[in-house]
Amino acid sequence: MGAYVARRLLQMIPIILGVAALVFMLFTSVGEDPALVALGQHATPEAIADLRAEWGLDQPLWMQFLDFLRQIATFDYGRSFNTGEQLTDMFRQGALVSLSLTVFPFLLGTLTNVALGLLIAYFRGSLLDRISTAIFVGSMSISYLVYIIAFQYLLAYKAGVFPIQGYETGLAGVRYLLLPWIIILVVSAGPDIRIYRTVFLDETQADYVRTAFAKGASEASVIFRHILKNALIPILTHVVISIPFLILGAFLMERFFSIPGVGDIMITAINTGDFPILKGLTVLIAIAYAVFNLITDLLYAWVDPRVQLS
Amino acid sequence: MTPTPETARTPEGAEGMRSVRGDSLARRAWRSLRRDRMVMLCFAVISLYVIVALLGYSGLLPDMQERVGTKYEAPSLSFAKLFGTDIFGRSILYKILAGAQTAMTIGFIVTGISLPIGISLGALAGYYGGRVDAVVVWLYSVISSVPSILLIVGISYVLEKGITAICIALGVVSWVGLCRLIRGEVIKHRSREYVLAVRLLGAGDATIIFRHILPNVFHLAIVTASLTILSAIKSEVILTFLGVGIQDGSSWGTMITDATGELVSGIWWPLAGVSLAMFLVMYALNVAGDALRDALDPKLID
Repeated sequence: MGAYVARRLLQMIPIILGVAALVFMLFTSVGEDPALVALGQHATPEAIADLRAEWGLDQPLWMQFLDFLRQIATFDYGRSFNTGEQLTDMFRQGALVSLSLTVFPFLLGTLTNVALGLLIAYFRGSLLDRISTAIFVGSMSISYLVYIIAFQYLLAYKAGVFPIQGYETGLAGVRYLLLPWIIILVVSAGPDIRIYRTVFLDETQADYVRTAFAKGASEASVIFRHILKNALIPILTHVVISIPFLILGAFLMERFFSIPGVGDIMITAINTGDFPILKGLTVLIAIAYAVFNLITDLLYAWVDPRVQLS
Repeated sequence: MTPTPETARTPEGAEGMRSVRGDSLARRAWRSLRRDRMVMLCFAVISLYVIVALLGYSGLLPDMQERVGTKYEAPSLSFAKLFGTDIFGRSILYKILAGAQTAMTIGFIVTGISLPIGISLGALAGYYGGRVDAVVVWLYSVISSVPSILLIVGISYVLEKGITAICIALGVVSWVGLCRLIRGEVIKHRSREYVLAVRLLGAGDATIIFRHILPNVFHLAIVTASLTILSAIKSEVILTFLGVGIQDGSSWGTMITDATGELVSGIWWPLAGVSLAMFLVMYALNVAGDALRDALDPKLID
């Protein structure tokens, strides 16, 4: 087990190096000189040279790349081009805000979607199954942007049930988060329930189900003790691997509701060409993704005795 | 939950009968698809959007820049004003058609880029294993651990914003899923008897991969294609909203962006029109994708 984890951690290194190289190519040596962009067209050559030196842009590219690798290894991503803020602090604050937006609907949504998936799988082929499939496919055919715009307009602007936008920390902030939570739940229901339904249907066709019925187990016991338990394995994978993306938050949601999370930081950085933010964020999420991939595999081996870690 | 009759395995004899009749998987799939009216309707909708795109390239679509009325006219029963007009008195319908042209172009080009990459890398990795496999797996692990939105934004910084950048960027990120699928299937197939048999007959690696293995896994590519078109259309809208997408206004994303401000003044028709246009094609692609998967899955046939 220990050896397995160690080897998997070692295997992450080439992947993170690849991500670093990719990100460095995309966000460093291209486009306009960021110092010129920051200072404007009328800046003196000296001022530009000073700023380039401050940001390390006067160094040869390989030095800049080594510096970037050092930043990755020490989790210190330098400063924003635009605000001069320490990125590590920005990301930490932003991540907390994003998680306050995404974690609750993620947990509640997973529970209700798994339950609904099981229910619909139980009534497969029935009218309920067909109607719900049509509704879910319909809900998946509407752009995320349209959901946000329509819900914000109808429920916040027109009906005034929720505040239009804003953010506050602590319990007082919940009223701002309610509408984004509802939208996340609505949007995730269609694709999630469809996945879980398929998972449960695959399990109902397994041999152990027939065996369980043959030995005289009741339907309830087959569903809850056999099918649900086995289906938890693919469900767990699906859930755990979605966790890193919770940090990035629902970035469109953050933009529309003025929630200052990581996603909002990202969109601002995209619009202003703030490369340090984009580089740091990409690498951080890639690392989180790799770590949660490993966690998924470990959980897999833990819940399913058939899986051997090798 | 007892196994239902339609999912029960067919006896070996029936399989044999079918191959004697010379029915290919494709022909059987087509027969089962044709029976479903809803699926045929969805294929018709997709064809309609393709025709709109082709008309656009032949210069036969009405000019979306032309003024057809006054500022913000509500929908009425004339063709140009079916979905009303925008702030400059331009027809919303014409803008939707121009957006459809862009969306379909992106959907098909992205699929055209990602399918060959996914199929060939997946087949090579699965067939040769070893070092080739390690490189391919490393490549897609790198790409899939970067959030695609950031990767796409990065690529569109390198290649001037616009439709070319979007197509290349989406193409580069969207081959991963198919590559994984094909790789897994090819690994299963490479040690099957039929592959050993053709190898003993003296077939080379290329013949084995392209003539013998790929036809057996190609259905995965067809199903993935419909989903790739779908997600490319969705992504284009979001990228354009973020300002890194289509710059000349001929995009559903631009229309949705404008609609946020217009809605507050009670101008609902641009958003309604563009949402309806997007909904129809995305619903059709979703249904078509599901139907193709069911029809082409060898495990589910009859």
